[in-house]
Amino acid sequence: MKVNIKYFGMIAETANRSEEVLEVAPGLSAKELKDQQIRKYQISDPDAVQLAVNQNLNSEVELKEGDEVAFLPPFAGG
Amino acid sequence: MDKKKPKKIFVQGAIAPEKIAQSIANHQSKTNIGAHSIFLGQIRADEVNGKTVSAIDYSAYEEMAESVFHEIRETAFSKFNITCAHIYHSLGKVKKGELCLFVFTSSAHRKIAIEACNYFVEEIKSKVPIFGKEIFEDETHQWKTNK
Repeated sequence: MKVNIKYFGMIAETANRSEEVLEVAPGLSAKELKDQQIRKYQISDPDAVQLAVNQNLNSEVELKEGDEVAFLPPFAGG
Repeated sequence: MDKKKPKKIFVQGAIAPEKIAQSIANHQSKTNIGAHSIFLGQIRADEVNGKTVSAIDYSAYEEMAESVFHEIRETAFSKFNITCAHIYHSLGKVKKGELCLFVFTSSAHRKIAIEACNYFVEEIKSKVPIFGKEIFEDETHQWKTNK
């Protein structure tokens, strides 16, 4: 199944892309996807990376076809 | 009513001081208001390892940011008896000394206006997915993290 991934801030810079569509195994959790992409792009400080699945901050969910998963570095508004 | 409308939070570039003056002027007809509270975020020329920040380039997960901001706004209106609230945050490059955040709350009395204003600022800083690239004078950069 396919999921849409978005990268922001320093993560987009490290991964050298702001989005991609990935083919993943059914039943993959957001947490597993996070670990996989962090290894793939060697993203530093993984504990500071938050995942939003369909705009909700939650990495415990199982992914579904067409989900939008955003990799978010620490917030810096204001 | 004011609180039901989805509001746009983002503006491109710095927030002009004239926009703040105009916002204040726009409220002179609302005579049930007795107090305004305003917070302005300004770009600080921080020094890091001998280099000075000259600007911050802001980006955001805009769709999520708008929806998180809408929730913050709804919660603020349920928690505080405010008459209105206007909030703007910059996207793109904002130079040192320029404004990047404008929070403007109004109420019949000062305490509520001030508390609501603080609430918005803290919630925006901790919950809205906005990212900041601090650009130094030599064009190198680092990524900002809220304390």
